[in-house]
Amino acid sequence: MKLLRLAPENTKFPFMRFRRVSYPFSALLSIVSVVLFLTWGMNFGIDFSGGTLIELRAKSGPADVAALRDIAEHMDVGDVEVQGFGSPSEVTLRFGVQPGGEGAQEAAVNRVKEAIGNDYDIRRIEVVGPRVSGELVQSGTLGVVIAIVAVLCYLSFRFEWQFAVGAIIATMHDLLLTVGFFSITQLEFNTTSIAAILTIVGYSLNETVVVLDRIREMMKKFRKIPTDELIDRSVNAVLPRTIMTATTVFLALLSLVVFGGQVIRSFSLAMMWGVFVATYSSVFICSPMLIYLGLRGEGQEPAATPEAKPAKASA
Amino acid sequence: MLRFATWKIVSILGMTVLAFLLIVPSLLNPQSRDAVIAHMPKWLPVRAIVLGLDLQGGSHVLLEVDSPSVVKTQVENLRDDVRRILREEKVSIAGGIGMEPRGVQFRIPDVVERARVMPKLQQLAGTVGGLTGGLRAPAFDVSENDNGLVRISVTEAGINDKIRRAVDQSIEVLRRRVDALGTTEPNIQRQGNDRILVEVPGLQDTSKLKEILGTTAKLEFRLVGEPGEDPNDVEPLDQVESPGKLPVEKRVMVQGEDLTDAQPGFDNRTQEPVVNFRFNIRGGQKFGEVTSANVGRPFAIVLDGKVISAPRILGPITGGSGQISGRFTVEQANNLAILLRAGALPAKLTIVEERTVGPGLGQDSIDAGKRAAYVGAILVVIYMLVTYGVFGVFANIALMVHIAFIFAGLVLLGATLTLPGIAGIVLTIGMAVDSNVLIYERIREEAHMGRSIVSALDAGFKRAFATIVDSNVTMFVAAAILYFLGAGPVRGFAVSLALGILTSIVTAVTMTRMMITLWYRYTRPKKLPI
Repeated sequence: MKLLRLAPENTKFPFMRFRRVSYPFSALLSIVSVVLFLTWGMNFGIDFSGGTLIELRAKSGPADVAALRDIAEHMDVGDVEVQGFGSPSEVTLRFGVQPGGEGAQEAAVNRVKEAIGNDYDIRRIEVVGPRVSGELVQSGTLGVVIAIVAVLCYLSFRFEWQFAVGAIIATMHDLLLTVGFFSITQLEFNTTSIAAILTIVGYSLNETVVVLDRIREMMKKFRKIPTDELIDRSVNAVLPRTIMTATTVFLALLSLVVFGGQVIRSFSLAMMWGVFVATYSSVFICSPMLIYLGLRGEGQEPAATPEAKPAKASA
Repeated sequence: MLRFATWKIVSILGMTVLAFLLIVPSLLNPQSRDAVIAHMPKWLPVRAIVLGLDLQGGSHVLLEVDSPSVVKTQVENLRDDVRRILREEKVSIAGGIGMEPRGVQFRIPDVVERARVMPKLQQLAGTVGGLTGGLRAPAFDVSENDNGLVRISVTEAGINDKIRRAVDQSIEVLRRRVDALGTTEPNIQRQGNDRILVEVPGLQDTSKLKEILGTTAKLEFRLVGEPGEDPNDVEPLDQVESPGKLPVEKRVMVQGEDLTDAQPGFDNRTQEPVVNFRFNIRGGQKFGEVTSANVGRPFAIVLDGKVISAPRILGPITGGSGQISGRFTVEQANNLAILLRAGALPAKLTIVEERTVGPGLGQDSIDAGKRAAYVGAILVVIYMLVTYGVFGVFANIALMVHIAFIFAGLVLLGATLTLPGIAGIVLTIGMAVDSNVLIYERIREEAHMGRSIVSALDAGFKRAFATIVDSNVTMFVAAAILYFLGAGPVRGFAVSLALGILTSIVTAVTMTRMMITLWYRYTRPKKLPI
């Protein structure tokens, strides 16, 4: 049987040379992400903004979004966002926290139920109070920070400190770009998105560690080769695996996006983006960082790594 | 490479059989499930996998003890205690007892009297922490200054202790109330210091649940105030039946605690829904005494600070039972009876979060999750097959066992399967083959460098293993943190991700190695098939 090979064998791509392109490019994307986040913001779901979400399904035929908008305006619950959700018969209504304490949320839901009448089934109701949503933001942010610190500790324990720093910078990069992804797509950002982000952090580190592991191994084997060439060799050696794994995970995620249903679609899409970015950053961000950080310390001869010098000075 | 201990083979096969046995009940429909479970060995913890509320439909309500009201009651009790002590010690104070947000203050001008009463007041402070030990801190802070001003305030520790106890008591009361709804397996548990999580699977109409959860149900029988009474002893209360306030004595005749039973029923004459109740002996006596002494006066039945009805006492009521009428609907009478039977909540609870998923959406999510898992698995299986041939078959067998292990793990842990949990499993389908890919690619590389087959296989497994451990540990750390910080469905995701990482090491490394060893032993190939 002829076996399929996606990755060419024995490649010798000069990946490290791309760092002059990849660094400015990634820096630009990261800045754009931050700017987008600050200006455009994210489409925070009620988990984080507080408020009420009601998912409806028309009992027959497609949902009449225009009519629902009309009804929504007269429900006296503030601005109501009416959105199609998955199939044409499904709609979500979303409105903010009602003034007047927790009892007011309850009353608003009842008003909406009455106004909508009998043409729709209520599939889901979620009410999140302002205090709870504040705590969710806190614990979400805390989770990401703790994860990064914990992994930093593990990596410094297992590898040289430069590896840990490189891995963390690559992970931060992935994190920023994922935030940018949420901002630009305006996908709903909720607690499952936090799960997606943490999984991306995990996956990104996973990818990075595989490359770093090989670099470390090569370092012991070839003591004379300049750092950038050593890294190039390592990255090329693990390239078939990188491509293979990225495609399998991508296939699994693709089936989640297509068949997994609307409830976790934003999660699956974010993960897909994350896998892509993590694969990129493990090769183009983390590995070159080792050159800048002076991996070999005093063993690094100026003659052996000519381009490492100016880069180091500018970094 | 050629050696693979028999005990290892036996234990791997044993674990695999066990895993499949554990998940069989979850795959069957409920009718045949019981029959199958009956035939399973007794020592196996066989049970169907628990579905999260997002999959089976149901209500999740997060309640919070209203701290201000707890503090208020605490301060009121403090005032009563202080008043009692001052009276007992016959100490006179200048002015009244002043109420502060977190305590009381009063002035004892006489130095001698103050010295006499201070130790008694100090005793009030007591300690929190009680018999269970732990940190002991005073519940109150007592201070005095030279002007004779005594100030007693509630400490943070005292408030927290009260809130903690209020949560404990509330959980008991709520359990009795929710059980009365007759739903299956409600889950009621403490969350943090001042919150209670109530999860009721399969409930469709949540308005009744929320009414039952959110009502304090503090029932009091009090006399209606009469003209000429000291205004300090009377307070105006809202009425349910008619507009306007009714002056009611602050003194409580009998409380809801003294009820032994409450049942919905119908009034004999008006056929109106009512709640019939019975007092315990103490309550019955007290009620008898008060009604005997106040024939002709109206008394108020007060529920949560509102007057439900205020009937006139026609004669002494000594039978120890009575009836509450208040133009109820049948359902209201029913609910009130449930609430009275279950007892009052020690503090007001507010709903801070509510998530309800209808059974239709739950089923749709299960279907979507299943479809995604099947399609994802098939895609990955085909991909592995066309890339690695016979080694791909091994990886795919390992993948199937890996999925079985995850589900078996969920059954063993009694963990809940949520929609994000399914997503986690689909993700680990992709991740699990990563270990196989690492090993296979390494084997190829070693073979290309001119090693013999056995040596390449051996080196491939050995070298890849270090990488697999490092990369899995980092992923596991992320999953563990998600578990500890996440709530509800996200936790389900963390559990299946963490389980998947652990089982993938067994299946993708050990099990694949076993299969390849056996394969090599029996076929003795001249050339690696990858």
